[in-house]
Amino acid sequence: MTPLELTGSLGIVGYGLGAIGPGIGVGLIFAAVIEGTARQPEARGAMLSTAFIGFALTEALAIIGIALAFVFG
Amino acid sequence: MSGWTGMVPMEGFEAPGVESFDFPPLFPGVPGLEWFNRYMLQALVAFGLVAVFWLVMARKNAMVPSKGQFVGEAAYSFIRNTLGRDMIGHDFRKYLPLLIALFSFILVNNLWGVFPLTLLPTASHVGWAYGLTALVWVLYNAIGIRKFGFGGYLRHATVPPGVPTWMYPLIIPLEFLSNILVRPLTLSLRLFANMFAGHLLVLVFVLGGEYLLLESEPIVNKVAGVFSLIFSMAIFGLEIFVQILQAYIFTVLTAQYISSATAEEH
Repeated sequence: MTPLELTGSLGIVGYGLGAIGPGIGVGLIFAAVIEGTARQPEARGAMLSTAFIGFALTEALAIIGIALAFVFG
Repeated sequence: MSGWTGMVPMEGFEAPGVESFDFPPLFPGVPGLEWFNRYMLQALVAFGLVAVFWLVMARKNAMVPSKGQFVGEAAYSFIRNTLGRDMIGHDFRKYLPLLIALFSFILVNNLWGVFPLTLLPTASHVGWAYGLTALVWVLYNAIGIRKFGFGGYLRHATVPPGVPTWMYPLIIPLEFLSNILVRPLTLSLRLFANMFAGHLLVLVFVLGGEYLLLESEPIVNKVAGVFSLIFSMAIFGLEIFVQILQAYIFTVLTAQYISSATAEEH
């Protein structure tokens, strides 16, 4: 085996790299929800609805990653 | 030390993968029905259920609503207020049947993934996601073109107001790519990938747990199999949540795209 040679499933490595961004993004979204709820508890319902929409949009990238990791080997 | 064997490769275990989603036609002998597999059957039953539900809902208008009428009216007014009126604006009634139909159809098709008799979400076959997205894409572009004319719609979609002229060569290709080419891709792939990955996750935990528990020897594996099967129920609950959420997200984004295609300049 030559040094620095990657064997195995490159798709899963790609998915792992691609899940960094959405992981940070989802964390930021819900951090904002928690802080906003701490400042103004009455706004919790509206904030949570927007948070779920934002969560689905951000999570889409990670989910596309895992799906394409299977499709492309 | 007979129970502990360290890392044992799992011979005889077929990991679930893309092949788990290939389903043969339901009537293999009949010559005209090669397209009729499990996905098509589920989608047709979903179509029937949704059509019957909303037709019945439109007829029975008792003053004091029964439980079924209450659920139907709650769903209808939720879509009408949150998506139609707040997102699209003042002529949202034209698009309300589309939003209601999209939400109901995608919800029922997603929930086939947790329904005991089927256990397969229809959108885990990518063609279903592509078809729904093609409808939405043609629709929101046609709505914009009908309102602004072809050139006017392209200008409206690619040039945000207030951008200085020297940025046009940068902004126009980027916005064109993002609004007209990438939107259908992400809309369809989001629905498909969520259903595909969710179903695959359930398959991994259940099939893996069953293999570990019943078909492998070491006691460590059997205990791990029990935990895997228990955890698969938690994943199942997550799947229910994700399926309902994805149906809602598809409808929300459709309303958003229609709204941004018809938005007036301030």
